Amino acid sequence: MNTEIIGVISIYVLTLALAYLLGKYIAKVFSGEKTFLDPVLNPLDNLFFRISKIDPLSEMDWKESLVALLTVNIVWFLFGMLVMMNMGWLPLNPDENPSMPADQAFNTVVSFVSNTNLQHYSGETGVSYLGQLILQLFQFISAGAGMAAAAVVFNAMKERTADKLGNFYNYFIKSCTRILLPLSFIVAIILMFNGTPMTFLGKDQVITMQGDTMNVSRGPAAAMVAIKQLGTNGGGFYGANSSVPFENPNYFTNMIENISIDLIPIALVFALGFYLRRKKLAWMIFGVMTAGYLCLLIPTLSLEMGGNPMIAKMGIDQSSGSMEGKEIRFGPAASAFWAITTTVTSNGSVNSMHDSLTPLSGMFPMLGMQINALYGGVGVGFLNFYIFIIIAVFIAGLMVGRTPEFLGKKVEAKEMKIAMIIFLLHPLLILVFTGLASYIIHLHPEYPWLNNPGYHGFSEMLYEYTSSSANNGSGFEGLGDNTPWWNVTCGIVMLIARFLPIIGPVAIAGILAKKKYIPESSGTLRTDTASFGIMVFAVIVILVALSFFTALALGPLAEYLSM
Amino acid sequence: MKSHLIPAILLTICCNIFFSGIYTVAMLGVAQIAPNQGKGEIVTVNGKYYYENIAQKFTDDKYFWSRPSAVDYNAAGSGGSNKGPTNPDYLAQVQARIDTFLAHNPSVKKSEIPAELVTASGSGQDPNLSPQGAFVQVARIATARNISEEKITSLVNESIEKPLLGLFGTTKVNVLKLNIALDNLK
Repeated sequence: MNTEIIGVISIYVLTLALAYLLGKYIAKVFSGEKTFLDPVLNPLDNLFFRISKIDPLSEMDWKESLVALLTVNIVWFLFGMLVMMNMGWLPLNPDENPSMPADQAFNTVVSFVSNTNLQHYSGETGVSYLGQLILQLFQFISAGAGMAAAAVVFNAMKERTADKLGNFYNYFIKSCTRILLPLSFIVAIILMFNGTPMTFLGKDQVITMQGDTMNVSRGPAAAMVAIKQLGTNGGGFYGANSSVPFENPNYFTNMIENISIDLIPIALVFALGFYLRRKKLAWMIFGVMTAGYLCLLIPTLSLEMGGNPMIAKMGIDQSSGSMEGKEIRFGPAASAFWAITTTVTSNGSVNSMHDSLTPLSGMFPMLGMQINALYGGVGVGFLNFYIFIIIAVFIAGLMVGRTPEFLGKKVEAKEMKIAMIIFLLHPLLILVFTGLASYIIHLHPEYPWLNNPGYHGFSEMLYEYTSSSANNGSGFEGLGDNTPWWNVTCGIVMLIARFLPIIGPVAIAGILAKKKYIPESSGTLRTDTASFGIMVFAVIVILVALSFFTALALGPLAEYLSM
Repeated sequence: MKSHLIPAILLTICCNIFFSGIYTVAMLGVAQIAPNQGKGEIVTVNGKYYYENIAQKFTDDKYFWSRPSAVDYNAAGSGGSNKGPTNPDYLAQVQARIDTFLAHNPSVKKSEIPAELVTASGSGQDPNLSPQGAFVQVARIATARNISEEKITSLVNESIEKPLLGLFGTTKVNVLKLNIALDNLK
């Protein structure tokens, strides 16, 4: 068999094996059981708690958890703005990169606080090393905040009636120190030994073999690249992200980085099974997510390996695949695999340029982000899936004429309203803003926004808002996005799309947790079965197709049909 | 919200010291035993050094050419072309690359040119070619250097890097190393 295909299959199989083991470990961390890292990390956690004046044992209800989450995020936002707008004159700036103007700083800080990492700057010229270190901080803590929110929902799903759902700060710090930190150590070290720079030296100047002068950007990249992948952040150290040889030096590092992208999102699904002792429920969720993932992955693999028909028409052999925007050391299969993995999880790092994907394989990453729950971002991917479960429970309950119940709690009008608002928010943000942007570019075709004409130009705008609203951060990077319009509107979309979809599921779970627990009986609609899984899958397909089909028809589908 | 403000500020300071500071310093420490102390892998030739993984610009007929770069091989400003697959300007650019290549390599048939030689890489710094991407350039280099084609072909064959463990990924050559070996050929 083709070594490229064997390569991507091994990446996936290794991811699943590691995610299963990590899931067990995460369940222990969330439930406060002993783990093998306790001797090292207990003192560290206690130091965090003592300095921050936090009592990890005082439990919070869902509202207080959300207040804690939002407060700490406001502090991060202000701190980030301060650094981004002043880093030009602050230390650790050997390349003398400038501070950001307000609109770009707003976009960048929102983007990193919201775990999106949409980058309207290039790492080599747009931020100082101090800036990179602060962005690296956000890559840890925004991921930790997402996982802490998921931990609150996990706690709320237990078989009991409860008001208090654990301590938010406790979940947050443990997610950072016990899950993200050890894994980042391992990945960063692997990267360093394969050639990713880790130094505070600035650009180097070398004379090439032909005698040209060439500047080479370096920097403390390995540390950041590790957490960028593990925390589903995606914000690269260098402009072209993991396609850059320094950021992703060879096929082995590509495997490690790609595993890191969906490791924690998949592990969290298994963790739910271990935590609640409902392994069948976890397998149902995993099954639905995987089915959706494969539906996007397989056609994309085949299309990218098949090449660009327009170039084939010129008489150029396309048997090595569609190579525009791709790197030889990864090849089309590992590039397509990465493109789907990074968009179904809300990672958004890239190892090939999505703008140059063939039309339909440009659509599948968009669909991955429009669903945003096939594995999903660390913590928040599960929260999005939770919304689909609630909707499916309700619809299935109505279909069979039973009171909708999920894990022994009645799902009633209030929860359904929240679930529907959260679901509708995503298409609303994407479609309204894409529509507005399309209208503006129609009025002002002279704006330097679009790098490609026609349908593909529309796709660039649709992709940008889809990526912002999915908190993904990848882009059709041809879009001239460092302008006040794109900086501000994408910033607003990212803010709303980060926090409401955390508030909604936490609120639903919190309200359900307080309700009376009704033990399962023969009259209960079971949610851990394959038939319910098919129901959830159908709900996802129908809702997403109805929301986005028309927009996709104007962009990638039209481009495909015009080829 | 007020009762959470002080912990939030203190927690942010704590996290900053740890995840920006201590974690980075620890990694810098480890980097001291990494290849070239974490400053990027280099190859040294006759007292000059080059970054092994970063493509250089080769336009001379006597060197193997790297893949096209949308950023003109700028290693301090990476990037791809971000051209869509059906963009007419882009397709015209590909056609121009085909024509240039054929003009410099008159013995090569169009169907022998692999796609990577007429398409720009993602980073603009792709250091590799497929073996076919090197083989189609052999005749040109042989003429320019007045060395037999067999010698250069065997040089390419020696430089081929197999997939990882022979199982995973692509087969490729490193253009820089190939050109260094070419200059050493007598």
